[in-house]
Amino acid sequence: MRELLLILIPLGAALAAAIWPREHTRRWFLPATGLAHAGLAFWLLFRPPVDPLHAWIGFDPLARAVLPAVSLLFLFCAAYAVPYLGIRAERPNRVFVAGLLAALGLMSAAHMARHLGLLWIATEAVTLSSVPMLHFNNTPRAYEATWKYLLVGGTGIALSLLGSFCLGYASLHGGGMGDLTFASLTAQGAGLSRPWVLISWVLLLVGYGTKMGLAPMHTWKPDAYGEAPGIVGAMLAGGVTTVAFTAVLRVRSVVDAAGEGAISSRTLTAIGLFSMLVAALFLLSTRDFKRMLAYSSVEHMGILSLGAALGGAGLWAALFHVWNNSVTKGSLFLSAGNIRRAAGARTMDEVSGMSRVTPQSAALFVAGLFAVTACPPFGPFFSEILIIRTAFAVGHGGAAAFFLACLLLAFFGLTRVVFSIVYGRPRNPASGADPRLKETLGVVAPPFLLLMVSLWLGLATPEVLREAWTAAVEQLSPVK
Amino acid sequence: MERLNLLIGLAMGLNLVALGTSRLPSLIRIAALQGVILGIMPLVMEHEIRLLVVLLAVATVGLKGVVIPALLRRAIRSANIDRDVDPLIGFLPSLLLGAAGTILAVVLSHRLPLLPEHRESLLVAGALASVFTGMLLLIGRSKAISQVCGYLVLENGIYLFGLLLLNSTPLMVEGGILLDLTVAVFVIGIIVDRIQRAFDTLDTRKLTTLRE
Repeated sequence: MRELLLILIPLGAALAAAIWPREHTRRWFLPATGLAHAGLAFWLLFRPPVDPLHAWIGFDPLARAVLPAVSLLFLFCAAYAVPYLGIRAERPNRVFVAGLLAALGLMSAAHMARHLGLLWIATEAVTLSSVPMLHFNNTPRAYEATWKYLLVGGTGIALSLLGSFCLGYASLHGGGMGDLTFASLTAQGAGLSRPWVLISWVLLLVGYGTKMGLAPMHTWKPDAYGEAPGIVGAMLAGGVTTVAFTAVLRVRSVVDAAGEGAISSRTLTAIGLFSMLVAALFLLSTRDFKRMLAYSSVEHMGILSLGAALGGAGLWAALFHVWNNSVTKGSLFLSAGNIRRAAGARTMDEVSGMSRVTPQSAALFVAGLFAVTACPPFGPFFSEILIIRTAFAVGHGGAAAFFLACLLLAFFGLTRVVFSIVYGRPRNPASGADPRLKETLGVVAPPFLLLMVSLWLGLATPEVLREAWTAAVEQLSPVK
Repeated sequence: MERLNLLIGLAMGLNLVALGTSRLPSLIRIAALQGVILGIMPLVMEHEIRLLVVLLAVATVGLKGVVIPALLRRAIRSANIDRDVDPLIGFLPSLLLGAAGTILAVVLSHRLPLLPEHRESLLVAGALASVFTGMLLLIGRSKAISQVCGYLVLENGIYLFGLLLLNSTPLMVEGGILLDLTVAVFVIGIIVDRIQRAFDTLDTRKLTTLRE
């Protein structure tokens, strides 16, 4: 039963925050809930329940392998949110705090959903609850980004609903009862109607791929990440994408069981490599450092798909990479948020010399850059090298070479932007610069600690996580 | 079966009317009418009337036929617009495309493997045609309200497909989906309102600040 608390605590806190009368103290709901949620999630990681709670929802090995990462990211973002909302006291934060807390509860529900319909409901609800956070800045640009997020995201989510129905019909047509739990769909396996399975795979990959931000469905991402506050960017890039990735993994295990594993692997490889290429090319041309982070996120989603496509050790590495992506992206978004506030602008044409204006955030940003471009000894290096080794081992040398080439291009693109804003002479602060920004412990410690987690994951991957990822791989691709 | 096919045929006809109209109030009315037709379909399909099915039908009709259209009408009143002038895809071309799409949907639905009890029904054809119409409206129109109506038609198409599973999926799931959609349109309505205030227009072609 305790796993249900992962959903109920944040939702209850969201409700409480929504009716809390005091504007100034409402932000403390965030770290308090984050602490409770992370404590619970890690307790469940170390002491997993013997069997999943229910056929519809439960803390199964896949949820155990990724949900604690999201919980950890939320905890640090919540800690950052306290000083952040203090600085932004001019904006009412009722909807923002409630939305963020609701998103956490719904993300937990989506990770634990073992029923196709429930998974869709939870994912759609996560999308909707993140809308008020996107336009927190209340600028026309923010509304434009929100509109694109709603339209592109809404269409993607609609297609995934159609895909879910098609998968249900595949079961019905194959003689099943139309039971949409993943367990019974997988059990029906080859009994599922093949054409309907393939149609549903395409629709669900496009639908949940839109949520992940795989190219070419990534168009909402740079706008949304560019306009939203740093915490929201971090939660979208590290949490919401993880929800969509687990959804793809769950659907894929059904497609594999139906005997179409070769096709699902091929499509995942193609869409993964295409995302990496698109991201690398845009990274070489973008001049805005928050949009840069969005393209970097597209690249990492490509890496996850490729890892998942390889299966076995590649899938294990992809789950490892989920953790690395969450903590590293989180750190980058938070330090980028500090730099953005101090500089009052976001493009390399307007910002430079931030190493003197905000020395600590700039140092964290550069360190985060090395982490996210997979430089040793940070975590992403180890997960990506494992994906490359697996690709060579299973005879996908071409894909591995392409992967390396994209990583190299992305590295050039990222360093180009980051170094030009960090080094050089500081410009006169633009009119939007915020003189109130001091590099206090509250805004520097969360990105620093996230980076330390990334380092720790790389240098000494905890045994319990290795075991959790192995169990998840076994759940997704059972040995026949 | 005939009564059901009649209703689906009506919904498919409304798709074409929606593509041909330029007035926003009529577009909203068409989307609402289509929602109502869809809402009563489960009652026609069932042999015995179950309480939950009735509740679902009442909720669907109420939301799609009353609540959502009222929200959209309020938005156009405050924005003081009536027509979707110069859309990206003209009215006649989109009407022709829609007709071609409808024919294609019927042909395609005959090629798909269906259960014997669904072979005679227009459900799959209607679903595909509505999804296609919705996409056309989403891409082809320039006003935010028309795009929302396109989204509604798209959702109606998916709902039609969902009716194939009516007897096998728990109604709780259907209810959850309906709730999500309502909240979605509600949220979209709020954002439309804010866009109107921030940009002083609902022409989404003006939303071009963010680009590479």
